[in-house]
Amino acid sequence: MTTAPTTSAAPAMTKARRSRWGVHTRTLVPCAIIALIAVGAIFVPVLYGYDPLRVDLADRLKPPGSVLPNGSIAVFGTDQIGSDLFAQMMAGARVSLIIGAATLAIAGVIGVLIGMLAGYYGGWLDTVLMRVADIQLAFPAILLAVLLAAVLGQGVLNVIIVLSISNWVVFARIARSQVLALKDREYVEAARTLGLGNFHIIFRTLLPGSLPPILVVGTVELGHVVLAEAALSFLGVGVPMGTASLGSTIANGVQYLSTAWWISTLPGVLLLLLVLATGVLGDAVRDRLDPRLRSL
Amino acid sequence: MTEVSLLKVQNLRVSYPIHSSILQRRIGENMAVKDVNFTISAGQTVGLVGESGSGKSTVARTIIGLEKADGGRIEFEGRDITQSTRTELKALRRDMQMVFQDPFASLNPRLSVQEIIVEPWLAHPDVVPKNRRASEAKALMDRVGLNPDYASRFPHQFSGGQRQRIGIARALALQPKLIICDEAVSALDVSVQAQVLNLLDDLKQEFNLAYLFISHDLSVIEHICDRVLVLNGGVVVEEGTPRELFENPQDDYTKRLFAAVPVIRPWLNGASSKPAGTIPRY
Ligand SMILES: Nc1ncnc2c1ncn2[C@@H]1O[C@H](COP(=O)(O)OP(=O)(O)OP(=O)(O)O)[C@@H](O)[C@H]1O
Ligand SMILES: [Mg+2]
Repeated sequence: MTTAPTTSAAPAMTKARRSRWGVHTRTLVPCAIIALIAVGAIFVPVLYGYDPLRVDLADRLKPPGSVLPNGSIAVFGTDQIGSDLFAQMMAGARVSLIIGAATLAIAGVIGVLIGMLAGYYGGWLDTVLMRVADIQLAFPAILLAVLLAAVLGQGVLNVIIVLSISNWVVFARIARSQVLALKDREYVEAARTLGLGNFHIIFRTLLPGSLPPILVVGTVELGHVVLAEAALSFLGVGVPMGTASLGSTIANGVQYLSTAWWISTLPGVLLLLLVLATGVLGDAVRDRLDPRLRSL
Repeated sequence: MTEVSLLKVQNLRVSYPIHSSILQRRIGENMAVKDVNFTISAGQTVGLVGESGSGKSTVARTIIGLEKADGGRIEFEGRDITQSTRTELKALRRDMQMVFQDPFASLNPRLSVQEIIVEPWLAHPDVVPKNRRASEAKALMDRVGLNPDYASRFPHQFSGGQRQRIGIARALALQPKLIICDEAVSALDVSVQAQVLNLLDDLKQEFNLAYLFISHDLSVIEHICDRVLVLNGGVVVEEGTPRELFENPQDDYTKRLFAAVPVIRPWLNGASSKPAGTIPRY
């Protein structure tokens, strides 16, 4: 029987190593994809001197890989007004990522704060806040966004406001449920018996404990927000004309699908890649933040 | 006795509200503690026994301020603390601490041992100055029998007994006069129980601590307590030294409670080689 511990420890060790390796790949690959898109979004439009308003009819609808008259190669082809699709996609990704990050920051901070306060104090505050959230959730988010966008009008800032309003609920609900699950734990009561105040308990005890699922949701929401922005722009209520957006590029390409498939398809693939990467990353972040995996 | 007792509980009454399931209206209450009276003097260990649901934890939680009393009076060093305000309660925490039952749930899994032991000093910054906190935390770890080199480890890297020592170190950090131990050793196996009980006993001598020691395990109570209270249905039905209670229980409930003490492998005591149909009586 003395060998039992070593034999049973070995598979556990390899399993731990494997899951750690898995977490690493699942974090690194999507991170690399997002970072690559972000770097491209920052530099490519500058390097290409991308101008969304320039029309160059001689170069329109060129397939990917075409050599343009000025000698440059359009790796992803050109669109219906002759602007380089790669540069346009990266400029669109820039807008998407800015809107995504800003929306997450606003919706996340407000939602988490409201959710935690509602969960911690309970009572009428909780009832009121969560009813508001329920009512909003009963409304399809994209419909709400379209309505709000139609009222507020086009513009990057307006899109951020619209998406923040339709996204805070997700954060509020997850933060509230986390606080409800944690606040009666013995370690939280222990903090109270030590004489620590509500502020400390909410922000230093409950918040770190609630963070992993919030981060997971936040990462996944990045994909949703980028998608929602694309949808708004596709529908023509998002970013204004003259601002590149993956959504408006896709919309512009729709009528050329049979003759110039790349205009809609390639930005669509980029969007898909971004959304998938955030989803996988969200999952990996959850595993990574699990304290039981931390020491592995 | 002319001295003021450390803790004095008079006619304590605590109930939990029962809410309707849909509208959360208060539709009644569950009397967990009906009438509890006792005193603890400085340096004394008082045991609280009773079966599950008799209200032991409720008494403990009310004294430490996690539940509100519905009636009665709790005095600490002669001061009425029943209706304490937040600031009064905070001052009180320094003198009264609690060691919880579940060593797995009572330590924040996201804090290192050192951070856990330092946390009380964040609430009471004057106890230990900032620059000495790390070394004081290590000294406390050493005192409760933990290797100070493990200060940066997390609770999940320790055994149950070691975690309970962390909980004890945290309770000691504020230099309290009274420590409430609610089933503090119940989750540990017997040999570890003995070690932790010995530690508590040593600390009692060293710091002149008083304990309110809650347990359903009568052998634990017998070893550590100066006086024992028997709680039944929220009422103290009997009180005395462990010896008195074990040898000559007066109350019917106490008798039944003591008769229900499980005996480990009763057949080893002679009777038959196998546990037969009848339950051995002792
Ligand atoms: N949060 C609560 N809400 C409502 N009722 C409660 C609550 N906590 C305890 N009670 C009730 O109060 C009574 C006393 O519970 P308490 O936890 O004090 O018992 P106990 O003696 O500590 O039991 P155990 O030995 O199982 O820990 C029980 O009837 C229980 O159902
Ligand atoms: Mg209990």
